[in-house]
Parts: sequence; structure tokens; C-alpha cells
Amino acid sequence: MGTVLGLNGNSAVAHAMRQVNPHVVAAYPITPQTDCVERFAEFVADGRVDTEFVTVESEHSAMSACVGAAAGGGRVMTATSANGLALMWEIVYIAASMRLPIVMMVANRALSGNINIHCDHSDTMGARDSGWIQLFSENAQEAYDNIIMAIKIAEDMSVRLPVMVTQDGFIISHALERMELLDDEEVQKFIGPYKERYPMLDLKNPVTYGPLDLFDYYFEHKWSQIDAVEHCLPIIQKGSDEFGELSGRNYELLESYKLDDAEFGVIALGSTCGTAKEAVDRMREAGKKVGLLKVRCFRPFPTEHIIKALSPLKGVAVLDRSSTFGGFGGPVFNEVRSALYDAPERPLVIDFLYGLGGRDIFMEDIEVAFQRIEGVVTKGRIDTHVDFLGLRE
Amino acid sequence: MSKQKGAKDLVPGGMITEAGNAREYETGDWRTEKPDVDHDKCIHCFFCWAYCPDSSIIVDPEEGKMKGFDFKHCKGCGICARICPKNAITMVSER
Ligand code: SF4
Ligand code: SF4
Repeated sequence: MGTVLGLNGNSAVAHAMRQVNPHVVAAYPITPQTDCVERFAEFVADGRVDTEFVTVESEHSAMSACVGAAAGGGRVMTATSANGLALMWEIVYIAASMRLPIVMMVANRALSGNINIHCDHSDTMGARDSGWIQLFSENAQEAYDNIIMAIKIAEDMSVRLPVMVTQDGFIISHALERMELLDDEEVQKFIGPYKERYPMLDLKNPVTYGPLDLFDYYFEHKWSQIDAVEHCLPIIQKGSDEFGELSGRNYELLESYKLDDAEFGVIALGSTCGTAKEAVDRMREAGKKVGLLKVRCFRPFPTEHIIKALSPLKGVAVLDRSSTFGGFGGPVFNEVRSALYDAPERPLVIDFLYGLGGRDIFMEDIEVAFQRIEGVVTKGRIDTHVDFLGLRE
Repeated sequence: MSKQKGAKDLVPGGMITEAGNAREYETGDWRTEKPDVDHDKCIHCFFCWAYCPDSSIIVDPEEGKMKGFDFKHCKGCGICARICPKNAITMVSER
């Protein structure tokens, strides 16, 4: 059986990385991710892992080293946050294009400027179109669990895509929680030995990664990447189900919380879902038919699941922790509304931007979101599609 | 141009899994001018062979002779004509 420990999200992920024991980790420190890789570096120094730990001079180099190591034929992991992810950008896309199953933890943090080290989702939402699978975590346990599942999902022979596992910076990464760790052997058994595909270090079968690819083939290669991402939802669910059998902790692409008979719902990602569950409970006690839809898997976007979960509702308030600056609402709102467009029955949907730069969100804020969507439904008309929660105007 | 594969027949990730397959990419159809050699002027110094960026100068190593051009791959850049110390190569329009 596993071990119960008090850990913060960063340490939990460092332990997951220790248990995965990847061939290579290349990483650069950035708040709030830093102490995850620091912890992992201790495991390396203490000889508790066999990992080649590459200390690089920037995140661009970190992801470049990860790409090289993964193309070489290794199991590879890294971690970053915010501006670090932004500096990786070019290579983040390349990792996905080359179908390299790298697993990266992102401790969500606001992008500059101004300089802010606290949580919002602007970093990973910016990377949503990079071709990576994105799994969001509600707490440290989920971050740990998602990392282990991510290895299995990324390395599935029909997937072979990199996976980003997020946890909210500071809120999860630095907050101590009761955690259940699996046994080291159980993790190794679950992920299995690394299966290479076209490793560059196989000298008998030479292979070229990332060649020039012009108007004659680039489009076909992109189609094949689009197709791979679109078809990996069942494998994500399969990996999650197998993890559920091992750990007793069951995960879906989306988690419905008290939505079955609900009239109004909120949608959120990450740690806010914990707060929203409390708010839902409190409003249920007051007789309100409300529920929460938690998006665990944001990329690929589980469109059909979203339609199924939300269609029966009268109204939905989306909670977006990042802005698209001039787009129609936040990224989650964009996707959710678009998914519902063709649904024969669909709720009215409004958006709230909240929590930028680590601004706290309280149960009262979520109650405000519910009251607003109820008001919209009563009126039968949306006057303000996109509004703000917790902002001083 | 050799027959092009469809999206479903490609190696995922766009890797090239065959060594030396650049020869299948026939750059000859990029050409608007082609090199023409005057064998009487040629002294077989192989400068053109060394400079050609597309390995398109055909030589016979046994005989030690420059023989001509591989027009499937020669893209008509004119480097061979420029480098030839005897002005044995001229570029002629293919239009
Ligand atoms: S024209 Fe250019 S490509 Fe053609 S043979 Fe001469 S150097 Fe080579
Ligand atoms: S460079 Fe000129 S002289 Fe020398 S081998 Fe080529 S054609 Fe002949």
C-alpha cells in the first residue's frame, strides 16, 4: 500500500518524478515551479534516481535538451512556469510536432508585465494551441496523480504526444496537503519500461528529426498531428481508468459535481474547483439547484463531453483565469460556447474573468456568478457576456 | 517529381526514416537555365564537382573524367559555370 505524507504540490510532483525515474530531466528554475525541480535535484544528488539531470542556462535550452533527449530515445520530464514557458515557446511546438512524449509540470503563474509571481492561467492557456495534451489539477494529489497518468498517456503508441500537467502556482504548488503516494514499484509497474520509437541513438536505423518540410508535405504532417491529438481522448480516459484501478482515485476528462439535477452550473479549472464545490454545497443547502463542471482535460478539448454535461442546464457561468485581450471572453468561454453552438438544447452562457495575478477567489464570488447567471436566465437575455469577479472598478 | 504520399501514409512526427533519401527529391524541376559543358575546353580539374551544391556533376573516378550533369537534380544555380577555370561551362536557357 502507499504512503500518506504531508506535501505541497511541488514536492508531490517531485516525488512523482522520482518514482517515474526518467532518463533525463532538463530544467531551469522559475518561481513558483523552482522548488519542484530543487527537490528532484536532491533525489539526483542522493542517488535515489538514475536520471541524467541537465542544468541549463534558460528554458529555451531546457526544452531543447528535452527534445534532443526524447528524440534520442529517452523518457524525459521537465517543469516550468509563466515566463519560463514563454521562453520555451518555439521548442514547445517542436516537441509536439515531433511527437515526443515529454511530460512537463507547469506551476501556473501570471505572465509579465507587470512582474507577478502568482497564479493565473495565462501561461498554459497561451500554450493551448501548441499541440500538447493539457491536464489541469485541482490539488496536490491530482497533480501527483496526473503526472503518473501523463507518462502512460504520452507514451501510448497511438498517442506519442507531450503532456503538460498544471497546478495552480502557490495555491497548490506551495500549500501543504495530505497526500497519498503510491509505492515506487507500483508506479514503475503502472508506467512500464519506456518504449522507444525511432530513437536517434539507434545507429543501425538512422533517422532524421525535424527536416525541412515545405509546401509539398508540411500540410500533410500537420494533418497527421491534428488527427493524433483529436483521437487521444479515449486513451487519456483509458490511462485514467487504469490508474483508478491501481489507486482507487478515479478521474474523468470532466468532473461533474452535483450537476445531475442542476439548473445552473459554473465551469472552472484548477484549484478554484475546490472553492466552487464548497460554494455549490452551501447554495444547495439554501435550496438552489446548482452544480460545477470541472475541466480536467483542456487539450484536446472534450467537446462531446461538454455538450452532454451542459446541454440540460438553463444557464452556465464560465470562470476564466486568463484573458484573450480582444477575443470574445476568455479561452474556456470561447471553447465552451463554440461547443454548445450546435447542441439542440443549450444553456445561456456568460463569462467571468477572475483571479488574474493570484487575486483570491472566494465562495462569495462564485455565489455572485451563480446569481448573475440565474438573473440572465430569468430575464431570458444576456446583456453582458463577459464580466469580472473580484475586480475593483 | 516522384509520387507524393498522402497524409495517412506518413511517419508520425515527420521523421525521415530512410538514410540518403534526399536523392528522391528531384530538384531538377526547379531549373530555368541548364549547364552545358564544352568537353574540348574541359581539363577535368573537378572544381565543378567539388562546388556543385546538389552533387549533380557526373564524374568517372576510374578514368578521372568529368562526364556531364545529373539533370534530375541539377537545379541550374550556375555555380559550376562560375567556378570553372577554363570557362568550359555555359548556362543556357531552358525556357
Ligand atoms: S548548375 Fe548548379 S546544380 Fe547544376 S550542375 Fe552546376 S553547380 Fe550543380
Ligand atoms: S570545372 Fe570546368 S574544367 Fe574543371 S572539370 Fe568542371 S568543367 Fe571541367
